[in-house]
Amino acid sequence: MIKPGDGYKSIPKGGLILEGGNAKRYNTGGWRTKKPVLDKDRCINCHLCWAFCPDVSILSKDGVVSDQIDYDHCKGCGICANECPVNAIEMVKE
Amino acid sequence: MRKILEIRWHGRGGQGSKTASILLGKVAAKTGKNIQAFPEYGPERMGAPVLAYNRISDDLITLHCQVTEPSIVAVLDPTLLEVVDVTEGVPDDGIIIVNVGMEPKELKEKLEFKGEVYTVDAYGISTEEIGAPFPNTPMLGALIKAADLLDFDKFLEEVKKEFKKKFAHKPEVVDGNMNSIKRAYEEVRS
Amino acid sequence: MSSKVALTGNEALAQAMRQINPDVVAAYPITPQTAMVQTFSQFVADGEVDTEYVTVESEHSAMSATVGASAAGARAMTATAANGLALMWEVLYIASGTRLPIVMPVVNRALSGPINIHCDHSDAMGARDSGWIQLYAENAQEAYDNAIQALRISEHKDVMLPTMVNLDGFITSHAVESLEILADSDVKEFIGEYKAEHHLLDSKNPIAVGPLDLQDFYFEHKMQQSIAMENSKEVILEVAKEYKELSGREYEFFEEYKLDDAEIGIVALNSTAGTAKGAVDNLREQGVKAGLLKIRVYRPFPGEEIAEVLKSLKAVAVLDRAESFSTNGGPVFGDIRSILYNIKADVEVVNYIYGLGGRDIKVGEIESVYRDLEEIIDSGNVKNRVSHLGVRE
Repeated sequence: MIKPGDGYKSIPKGGLILEGGNAKRYNTGGWRTKKPVLDKDRCINCHLCWAFCPDVSILSKDGVVSDQIDYDHCKGCGICANECPVNAIEMVKE
Repeated sequence: MRKILEIRWHGRGGQGSKTASILLGKVAAKTGKNIQAFPEYGPERMGAPVLAYNRISDDLITLHCQVTEPSIVAVLDPTLLEVVDVTEGVPDDGIIIVNVGMEPKELKEKLEFKGEVYTVDAYGISTEEIGAPFPNTPMLGALIKAADLLDFDKFLEEVKKEFKKKFAHKPEVVDGNMNSIKRAYEEVRS
Repeated sequence: MSSKVALTGNEALAQAMRQINPDVVAAYPITPQTAMVQTFSQFVADGEVDTEYVTVESEHSAMSATVGASAAGARAMTATAANGLALMWEVLYIASGTRLPIVMPVVNRALSGPINIHCDHSDAMGARDSGWIQLYAENAQEAYDNAIQALRISEHKDVMLPTMVNLDGFITSHAVESLEILADSDVKEFIGEYKAEHHLLDSKNPIAVGPLDLQDFYFEHKMQQSIAMENSKEVILEVAKEYKELSGREYEFFEEYKLDDAEIGIVALNSTAGTAKGAVDNLREQGVKAGLLKIRVYRPFPGEEIAEVLKSLKAVAVLDRAESFSTNGGPVFGDIRSILYNIKADVEVVNYIYGLGGRDIKVGEIESVYRDLEEIIDSGNVKNRVSHLGVRE
C-alpha cells in the first residue's frame, strides 16, 4: 500500500496501482457543501438514486434503499436528488 | 585498403537494374563473398534513367557511401548512351558492357573509353527466350563472362535457385531467364 | 545453426521480428520502414508467427495499441521512421513512463519539411530524451543483433524500459548485405518467454495502469526511470556477453576502431561509421594516427566510458547527422563535449553536421575531417567549432 510521502524506492514503478477498489480508502466526503437526506416516507424504492450515484454512496440492502447514506464518500453532487422521481431526496446544507 | 570490386548498373526505371544487382549480390554471397547491392535511392519513375550498384569482396565491406569509381559498368538500354555518361569515374582498366547492336570497337570509339568494351544484344535474346525485352538477366550473363567474375556453372546453379524463389508463382519464366543468361554469356562480343 | 544470408536491412529486421514472434505488432507503414512491416505482415498472413497484427490508422495509434498490448502483458512491438516517430511523440513518453518494455526498430530518416524521405538522424535524435533506450547500428547485421538483444534489455526486471533499434534509412534498410542470422530455436531460447510482473489481464491481481500522477508522486516515478536507465548499462553489457556466446559477435557500448595509439579521432553513429573505417584505413597507410569511436548505445549515454577512451586523443571530431539548431552544434557533439569537460580533458572537440536529408558522405570527405583535426593540432587553433560538411554555399 502506498502512503503519502513514500519515496521512489518503495512505490510501484510506472505509476501502477497494484490493488483494486482502493478508492474506498480515499474519503471524498470532505468535498461536500450540501448533503443528501432521504425521506423514507416518500421513497418508492425505485433505486434510480442508487443507480446514478457516481460514488456508490447510496446503499441498498436486501433490495431496499437505505436512508443511511455513505457520507464518507458522498461528494454532495446532488445527482440522486435530481433523479428522484418523487422528490424524496433533499440537499441540505452541511 | 581492402580490395573491393565495385559495379554500376545503368538502366531505365522498370527494366530491372536493381533486380540484376540484387541477384548478382545474392549469388555472389552464396559463393562466400561479402556483398552489397543497392539502387540509387530516389523517386521511382518508369522509364527514367536509374542506377544500381554492387560491392563484392572477400573481406568485410564497411563502406556505405555511393559507388563513384566502379571498375565494371553494365548498361541495360542503348539509348542511355545518349543521355548519361556511362564512363564517369570508370578507371582506364575498367570494363563497360552495353546492351546494344553496335560492334565493341565502334562503341569504344564513341565512348572515348580506354578500357575494355563489350556489347551484347540483350533485347534480341530476351525477346526470343522470354518473349519480351527484359535486358537484366541476359546482361547478368554477359557481365559474368566479360568480367570473369564467378564460376559460371556455380553462378547458373545459384541463380536458378533464386529464380525458383522469386518466380514461385510463375515458374514458366524460369527457363526463359536461364536461357537468356546462357545465351548472353556465349554471345557477348569484345 | 546460424546461416549466412544476403538481405536488406528491412528484411533482416523482419526476420528478427519473425524469430522473436511477438504477441502483438501494431504498425503503420512509412518509407523507409515499409518493407519491414510489409514482410512481417506476410509472415503473419502465412501463419509463420502467432502474432496478432493490428492494422492501425496512424503511428499515434500504432504506439497507443502497442502500449495497450504491453500493459496487458503481451510482448509487443512496432516499427516506424521519421514523421511516423514524430506522430508517436506523446505516446513514446507514455510507453517509457509506464515502464513498458516495447522494442521498436526506427529506420532513421529526415523529418520534413521540406519533404524528404532519405537518411538522417533528426527523427531519433529528437526522441533521445523520451526515456527510451537507443541502440544504433552500422549495418544490417548489427541492426538484427541489436533487435534481438533489445528484447532482453528492455524486459529485464531492473530496466523495464522501451528500446529503439536504429538503422539508417535506405543506406541500411534498402541495401542488400551479407549477414548471419541465428537459428529460430536459438533466438527463441535466448529471448525466453516474457512474463510481465504486473499486467491488466491478470484478473486475480487487478491493477490500474496510467493513473493521474501529480505533484506528490510524479517526480518519484521519473526518478525510478532515471535509475532504470542507469541500471540498463550493466544489463546491456550482460546481454551482449551472453549474445556473444551464442553468435560469436561482440557488442559493447561503442566500438573502438584503431583508437589505441590514435592522436585524432572521429565519433560517428550508424552507417557512416563504416565509411569512416575506410577513411581510417587510408590514413593509417599514410602514417596518420587516426581512429574512430562508433557509438552503439546512445541512450543511456555511456559518458564516463567514452571520456576514458577519448581523453588520450589530441583532437576529436563528432559527426552529427542531425541539426539541433541550437547554434552550438548537434546533439552528439553536446554530449561528448560535456563529458570531456567533466574530466577536464585536454582534447579539442569540434563538430561536423553532415548528410542531412540523405546527402551522401564519401570516404574523401571524412578524410578531410581528419586533415582538419591535424591542422588544429599543428596550429593550436580551432577555426570552426561547428561546421556543416558537404553543404553547398
